[in-house]
Amino acid sequence: MPEIKPYGDETGDGMVQLSFTLPLAESERARQAALALATKMGIQRPQVVHMKGMGSDFTFFVVYGATQHSVDPDTLTVEEREFPLLSSQEVNKLIFERLKRPLVVIGACTGTDAHTVGLDAILSMKGFAGDKGLEYYSQIRVVNMGAQVTPDEIVEVARSEGADAVLVSQVVTQRDAHVLHLKEVREALEAAGLRRGLVLVGGGPRFSPEQASELGYDRIFGRGTKPSEVAAYLAWSVTHEVPV
Amino acid sequence: MTHDGFARPIGRLSIDHGVVDECRELSVEISRPIEELARTHTTRSIERAVLRLIGITGAEGAGAAAQPRVNQVIDAVDATVGLQRGVLVPFLHAVESGCGDIRTAAERIAAGDVRPEWPDGIDLEIALERARRESRRAVDSITGAELDRAAKIEKMGEPGKPWFYLIVATGNIYEDIPQAQAAAREGADVIAVIRSTGQSLLDYVPEGATTQGFAGTLATQENFRLMRAALDEVGDELGRYVRLTNYASGLCMPEIAAMAAMERLDMMLNDCMYGIIFRDINMQRTFVDQHFSRMVHAAAGIVINTGEDNYLTTANAIEAAHTVLASQFLNERLALSAGLAKERMGLGHAFEVDPAAPDQILLELAQAQLVRECFPDAPLKYMPPTKHMTGNIFQGFLYDGMFNLVGALTGQDIILLGMMSEGVHTPFLSDRDLAIENVRYVFRGAAGLAGDVRFEAGGRVERRAAQVLEECRQMLRKVADIGMFAAIEAGMFADTVRTRDGGKGLDGVIERDAGYVNPIADLLADELGVG
Repeated sequence: MPEIKPYGDETGDGMVQLSFTLPLAESERARQAALALATKMGIQRPQVVHMKGMGSDFTFFVVYGATQHSVDPDTLTVEEREFPLLSSQEVNKLIFERLKRPLVVIGACTGTDAHTVGLDAILSMKGFAGDKGLEYYSQIRVVNMGAQVTPDEIVEVARSEGADAVLVSQVVTQRDAHVLHLKEVREALEAAGLRRGLVLVGGGPRFSPEQASELGYDRIFGRGTKPSEVAAYLAWSVTHEVPV
Repeated sequence: MTHDGFARPIGRLSIDHGVVDECRELSVEISRPIEELARTHTTRSIERAVLRLIGITGAEGAGAAAQPRVNQVIDAVDATVGLQRGVLVPFLHAVESGCGDIRTAAERIAAGDVRPEWPDGIDLEIALERARRESRRAVDSITGAELDRAAKIEKMGEPGKPWFYLIVATGNIYEDIPQAQAAAREGADVIAVIRSTGQSLLDYVPEGATTQGFAGTLATQENFRLMRAALDEVGDELGRYVRLTNYASGLCMPEIAAMAAMERLDMMLNDCMYGIIFRDINMQRTFVDQHFSRMVHAAAGIVINTGEDNYLTTANAIEAAHTVLASQFLNERLALSAGLAKERMGLGHAFEVDPAAPDQILLELAQAQLVRECFPDAPLKYMPPTKHMTGNIFQGFLYDGMFNLVGALTGQDIILLGMMSEGVHTPFLSDRDLAIENVRYVFRGAAGLAGDVRFEAGGRVERRAAQVLEECRQMLRKVADIGMFAAIEAGMFADTVRTRDGGKGLDGVIERDAGYVNPIADLLADELGVG
């Protein structure tokens, strides 16, 4: 494939739009600063189409221009999804045939985060965006521990329920607290000797799948994940060798 | 800046007022056991609030690691004479027995130099007299906040409605201040400093000016004072009083309410059930604490904001619309019984119907107008979409515009500004500026229309409103039937099951002894005309 550029209204024009704020009062100098910055960003023939002072110290810009850069998509290494997407019947069938019992999933929001919206979207019957949650699957048994659960409580319930998988959700965080909280759960499971026996999954809008190895998780799901993806992953991973 | 042409459009949508009256009667019935619980109990946080109000300040350590003096005194009194008769008598007995002034006595009790005792005979008389005197002074300082505010508004000018409400939340009070001042200059009428995540679960109030927080800034009295001074400064400059908001919720609700009164905050998030449902705080703790907090707010002239918007962040906004209304009736009742006037009830609701749903705007309009009709005197607080905001900021900006339009057409008093980057990151400076541009445009263009809008008799808006109102009545009947405690235990609110003795903070709930002494609560109740 040839190198490609952004498409504005004709092939190869490279047109992009940018918006940003500079810590300068609105002035001709501020406009020139915005243009100079866009040029440094590789934007050719930049145009400030909107400039607005915000108070006496800041100015907001909208800039259009053509990027000088291009990419060759074929040269990129892309991590494709390692598991196949399955329907709910296929997931139930796979678990039933391989495990001969329902798969047990524990889910919790840990740390100070009280927002269960992400966890509930994945676990509750209702699901998310028309996609039913894990409770809907006849061969998945869900234990939703809710919010502000401590790593020790997760360990305890994972043991008493005989969990096959643990899902940890983080929604509202700052200063990398979400990373820290996920690590704490993994460490608690390791200390209890449970880590190897189960699939450990993290999720939340601030995560990306590439963070799995750094966090010591089997899989990380990011923004917009649907319950059916999680169900398919869990069915796939417990019926395959669990990566450690 | 005034927003000319604002009026609350009432009587534009025909609703069955018989049903509304029944909802109010049911709320009275449902609230009775809660009011009884509040009359017969105190909490560690109420007693700490009492100590703060008579002038105990300070802590060992600072920030979130602080051990506040009031906690130390409460612990000492609890360990010796107990708290069932209140903290004031044993504490002021120590003061009167030669421990020095209030501050020194608190230090000595905290250090273990003085052991709190319950006095007898003439000593008890002396302590009670001192308690009455200190309480009078404390209540005067609470009611003084209202007079102070009125004087400032007289001098600076009162912004017209609706009030545009903006959030700052950097975690660092010294970063918050210039951001808040900038937001006021851009047009914000109300600044809310969002609290650090998890503060509601701390059973003490952090101390001093703080520079670190998670997704928000710690609520401390010093942070309140600094922000108040900064907003007064910018209010003088702009010729418009800028209101300050914080959160009287969580395990320290009464103390935060007291701090808000002392530092002249203007609006406080304060919900009768939010902590129970969303923070797993024990229901008895919350119900007792909210009553005292609301008396303090009422006496200080503070507008409360209730948290019904939260119901819709987890539930489906079409199916759960009636739970919002039911909670508003309950919040109204429990505010009235604490002496809070209807004009001070910023009942909350939100624009959370999925934009992919057919008739989304019709449904939102029906709900917003229904709430307006049910609570004609309340300064309603309207919350923008959050649940369905995505990374598509262009769509999000339009979605916020539709929220503003519904707010303008239905005369919502307090408009929280929606950020197009909601759900992506903490807002950029420019996101806030764009949000103000959006809301100004919509209100300028559409607020005048509110006076002309009528909803067709028997039309879809009217039918939807009637349906939500009826579902609300059915829900309140059911709650009245089994009782509020059992209803929460059955998961009737936000599908969340909470037990009477579960959750955090039950150990801080204390049944009052016949000899319970709290003249601050008594004076507040007298002045507010509540039992």
